[in-house]
Amino acid sequence: MVPISYYITLSAILFGLGVAGFVFKRNIITIFMAIELMLNAVNLAFVAFSRALGQLQGQVFVFFVIVVAAAEAAVGLGIVILIARNRKSLNVERVNLLKL
Amino acid sequence: MLVLQHLWIIPLLPMLGAAANGMFGKRWARTETNAVALGSTGLAFLATCELLREFRLLSAGQIPWTHSYFTWITAGTFRADYALQVDQLTLVMLLVVTGVGWLIHLYSTGYMADDTGYRRFFSYLNLFMFFMLTLVLAANYLVLFVGWEGVGLCSYLLVGFWFLKKTATDAGNKAFWVNRIGDFGFLLGLFLMFREFGSLDFASVFGRAATMPSETAAHGVLTAICLLLLAGATGKSAQIPLYVWLPDAMEGPTPVSALIHAATMVAAGVYMVARSNVLFLHAPAAMKAVAVIGCVTALFAATIAVVQTDIKKVLAYSTISQLGYMFLGCGVGAFGAGIFHLMTHAFFKALLFLGAGSVMHAMSGEQDMRRMGGLRKAIPWTYGTMVAAALALSGAPGFSGFFSKDEILVAVRSGPYASSLLYAIGVLTAGLTAFYIFRLIFLTFHGAPRYDEHHQHVHESPANMLFPLVVLGTLSVGGGWFAAPLLVGGANYFDKFLAPVFSGVRVAPAAEAASGGAAFLAALLGAPVIAGLAGFLLAWWFYIRRPDLPQRVAASLDGLYTLVAGKYFVDELYAFVIVRPLLWISTQVLWHGIDEHVIDGTVNGVAHDLDASGDRLRHLNSGNTRTYAVWVVLGAVALTTVLVWATR
Repeated sequence: MVPISYYITLSAILFGLGVAGFVFKRNIITIFMAIELMLNAVNLAFVAFSRALGQLQGQVFVFFVIVVAAAEAAVGLGIVILIARNRKSLNVERVNLLKL
Repeated sequence: MLVLQHLWIIPLLPMLGAAANGMFGKRWARTETNAVALGSTGLAFLATCELLREFRLLSAGQIPWTHSYFTWITAGTFRADYALQVDQLTLVMLLVVTGVGWLIHLYSTGYMADDTGYRRFFSYLNLFMFFMLTLVLAANYLVLFVGWEGVGLCSYLLVGFWFLKKTATDAGNKAFWVNRIGDFGFLLGLFLMFREFGSLDFASVFGRAATMPSETAAHGVLTAICLLLLAGATGKSAQIPLYVWLPDAMEGPTPVSALIHAATMVAAGVYMVARSNVLFLHAPAAMKAVAVIGCVTALFAATIAVVQTDIKKVLAYSTISQLGYMFLGCGVGAFGAGIFHLMTHAFFKALLFLGAGSVMHAMSGEQDMRRMGGLRKAIPWTYGTMVAAALALSGAPGFSGFFSKDEILVAVRSGPYASSLLYAIGVLTAGLTAFYIFRLIFLTFHGAPRYDEHHQHVHESPANMLFPLVVLGTLSVGGGWFAAPLLVGGANYFDKFLAPVFSGVRVAPAAEAASGGAAFLAALLGAPVIAGLAGFLLAWWFYIRRPDLPQRVAASLDGLYTLVAGKYFVDELYAFVIVRPLLWISTQVLWHGIDEHVIDGTVNGVAHDLDASGDRLRHLNSGNTRTYAVWVVLGAVALTTVLVWATR
């Protein structure tokens, strides 16, 4: 059996990639995908722990996360389309009006 | 025994009058305001008369009659009740305050008739009566102090009554501040008294003090207490060095000058010293201080009165001078004579002020005697009553002032604390008194008119102003006859009445009277009367016979005249030594230094620093989503680190 540390390590790497993508990429779509990557890294950790501990709560959480991610994707993509229409660009650095 | 059981009724009546007029009087007509103001003081006077009747039924052991209504303050061992007391001294003061007070209220309905602040005036005047009655009814020093401060407040309000006039508000402030200095001494005296006796009740303080030996050293604790109380009395009763506020207080309406600054409030200092006679009798050094201050003030103020040209200012300095006589009487142990003079002075000086008010009323507000003259035919009632008061003031035999002032002077000459120097000054002052008051009479009422007869319509005052003049005139003439038995070798009824209050005096002031009527008569009719007559004749010579003489005398004594006419430049001296340095410190150090830099600096500095740090933090909010993301990540890392660290 594969030890749990493998799953956790994989999850951490995926999550780190997601963070890096979120912080360093400029394209909103890419950032969006980075967020999905982070969510699924967490899902992986949940499932791994659920399996290792023999409890079902982790798997239930995963379903919740998937539902939230689906809703977020619907709203987020809507926002992305509006930004693309208004700014004629997907560069996130041009979305900076919310400041003093 | 209704009033004896419910002494609080007497002060409460004017308080209710003040409250009613002050709060509900807005829609009332003059008649209703009058009814409330005159009714409340009149009822207080009637209650006092009833009190007198009930008081006479008490046995000697029940006097002073003290009644405690509730405990006002308890703190540690200190306890002060709202307690009132009645004894002979209180009764005399009550009758003077309510009687003269009511007459002056009545006079004011005529004098203030055209004033827009009519209701406010009567509200203040009633409030003053409340505090003055509290002062004289108090059974401990703390309640007395409440009345003492309250009358000061009303004095301030009424001096500055015409508050649109800068000089009036300045005079009100001056009266208040100068009194604060005296009150500070008074308060220290009370602290010291509490430390020494553990109480401020008259009964326990005087009881303890009576058993203490008379202090021969100049710096015993009783001497200290008495000197501090005296400081308070010099403020309230306008004695050197704190007399400067009283002449300025003439800015107030004339009935106020009559009631507060002649008859009642300024006599509070004399009352307080007489009330504390047990303490003072055990502190001979303080007695001497009282006598000397009183005597010097009497002469000093009389000399200033001689050259004043404002009719009210003459009377103001005259009041200071006569108060000096009262202190002189108390200082030589003749407390009864001092209070006797307080009473007769209340009659004739109130009358003189009301008469002066009547003259000003007739002259459309003119106060300068140089623009009067020859008024006696136009306002005969005012003239007649003022002459009666002037005769009483100058001590003409048979008039009230004759008995009271000369009794003081007899005590100064031959009483237990006799002093020939003080007697000489007292006699000299008597001469000056007659001179300045008849100077006032002659300048105002005699000679040729010096005003514009075509434009000035001189008219006699209405009946509600003349009635108080006539009543007070009668009292000025006849108010001294309590002392008449002195003339035939008997005892002064007034002194006999007050004797239980002043039982600590070693030799009764009237002892000489008892020993031989003829000798006493000679003393009474001697030097003071001759001095008074000389003053009168001199005034007649200067202002009737040779009206050109005063100017020539003034010209030939140029330096002296300037000094006296400038009121010895005491105001200027105080301004230079005290007021201006104080103003400089207040402005430059306290205001521009401490207030603007330290206090404002701290408050504004904190605000400024917060503002500046906020301004710097503002830039964290860049609007750049990825920067926020970095912060979120860093925060998550920090939180995780802490959690891992904590659960390790």
